[in-house]
Amino acid sequence: MPSPAEIEKVAAAAWRIRRYALRMGEVQGQGYIGQALGYADVLATAFCHTMQLRPLEPEWEGRDRFLLSHGHYAIALYAALLEAGVIPEEELESYGADGSRLPMSGMATYTPGMEISGGSLGQGLSIAVGMALGLRHKNSPALVINSMSDGELDEGSTWEAAMSAAHHGLGNLINIVDINRQQADGNSQQILGYEPLQDKWASFGWYVQRVDGNDTAAVIDAFDKAKNHVGKQPRVILCDTLMGKGVPFLEERDKNHFIRVEADEWQKALAVLDAQQPTGGAQ
Amino acid sequence: MSNAAKPRLTTSAMIASIAEEGQPTRAAPFGHALVELAARRPDIVGMTADLAKYTDLHIFAQACPERFFQMGMAEQLLMGAAGGMAKEGFTPFVTTYAVFATRRAYDFIHQVIAEESLNVKIAAALPGLTTGYGPSHQAAEDLAMMRAIPGMTVIDPCDALEIEQMVPAVADLPGPVYMRLLRGKVPLVLDKYDYQFVPGKAQLLEDGREVLIISSGLMTMRALETAERLRRDNIGAAVLHVPTIKPLDEETIIAQASKPGRLVVTAENHSAVGGLGEAVAALLMRRGVRAQMATVGLPDEFLLAGALPTLHDRYGISTSAMVDTIKARL
Repeated sequence: MPSPAEIEKVAAAAWRIRRYALRMGEVQGQGYIGQALGYADVLATAFCHTMQLRPLEPEWEGRDRFLLSHGHYAIALYAALLEAGVIPEEELESYGADGSRLPMSGMATYTPGMEISGGSLGQGLSIAVGMALGLRHKNSPALVINSMSDGELDEGSTWEAAMSAAHHGLGNLINIVDINRQQADGNSQQILGYEPLQDKWASFGWYVQRVDGNDTAAVIDAFDKAKNHVGKQPRVILCDTLMGKGVPFLEERDKNHFIRVEADEWQKALAVLDAQQPTGGAQ
Repeated sequence: MSNAAKPRLTTSAMIASIAEEGQPTRAAPFGHALVELAARRPDIVGMTADLAKYTDLHIFAQACPERFFQMGMAEQLLMGAAGGMAKEGFTPFVTTYAVFATRRAYDFIHQVIAEESLNVKIAAALPGLTTGYGPSHQAAEDLAMMRAIPGMTVIDPCDALEIEQMVPAVADLPGPVYMRLLRGKVPLVLDKYDYQFVPGKAQLLEDGREVLIISSGLMTMRALETAERLRRDNIGAAVLHVPTIKPLDEETIIAQASKPGRLVVTAENHSAVGGLGEAVAALLMRRGVRAQMATVGLPDEFLLAGALPTLHDRYGISTSAMVDTIKARL
């Protein structure tokens, strides 16, 4: 298990990621805030614990690649890139504005540190397969981490890529699935049931872990195990997360796939979050 | 063959040759050209979706097994993974049938490859009407779909020589390329014209006073035959070969189509919707060139299964059908 100091460090980063996401959401008055709050612990682990990055050199050849297949989670990734130091904090104010490097859906052509133009769902894992094959062909030790939503499990291409990654023995590929059970039309299980997920991925030949994606220690441990797993199996971490995590009145909203928050609620949400500031949370 | 004298029945076989009896051909020009290119370019890789043998990529797979990637019958994955390879600095040549590359994986070509202008070269076999298997395998609208993608270079080569020249040329082009692929024993036609493929350039192969045929792909072969037949009737026909459908060589087309008194005929192995014919018509209108125009191409309908010679005649893209079309308009 990770050390208490490491857990504290990552939890503090997750807290700041939530704060950045809320501040960007306030700029536009809306956004995929529920996902950003729910996914912050996973992103903090990836960007502040697991990945090899050079913040001032986002295209450094030796970097671990993080692919945001669900491009509409851009606000969450921008918050993580802010936390990692790739994007300067003052740029947060431009979120979603005309001419901004931070458009509301994530695109590689706009943002440093954004590896792919996601958003047409179910594409990231295929790209990850190609990148992992390419890195192996170059003898690079870099990892490819694909991040996807549970809704993308509906897409056939996800399973084409899953089969391929195992077939090609891509031990340098880690796939993260954010299981928040919410899609555009509502509850994921009512739209297209995908369980039992551990069995599905295992039967496709993957090394599978399923964790509470809001338990920082468990997430760090899962990332460590995925990275250190011996052999050629691709690795998947299924992360059960709570939409709106950290802000109870957002956690309880029925329709939290795309959140509109009243002007006065942003400050309330920030206040709730600030009250939870973890040890070491101050910058 | 023991029964050489027995006449062959027509066939709707998937891989029917477009070469005519006795015509000079070269085998697998794409595969051999790719092997030659790969010998001096370590960034070249080959990828396919269970169709290496039927796209001539097996030649490359045998010569460079460590740079060949079999992605299985999964075209979305194929295009996505090719994008991933290109992001890691490789130049993937990706093969499958034109119908699957375009119709099945369109969003992946659009979003993964083209939106980031990645160096993926898509070589698509069985373009247009080159199989008798019916619409499941007939890519009558591939050029229209690929033309519509911003930044996509679209190439429709005529013969084996052009395919050999095209492979290294497109590897040097930045960004994505969609190239149609004639596979197997491919006719050799352009060697008589001191021909050199240049991306984005049209080339006048024959000159003539009465008719200007603007053609691409295998229809240039038919256009040359058509010109020869018209010449017997003292009708002069020019043939302007346009292998690059996008970007179009507008200046050469305008210069040729502006010569007064000529019937302008476009000829393509593609649907009447969205291909060379409409591209040329729109260009002439935009630039104020007034010309009588006829189009030779596939009708806007789902095509029948059958033997290729029968189908080419039925849908007006055989040489004799083309001669009839032109004579009817003169």
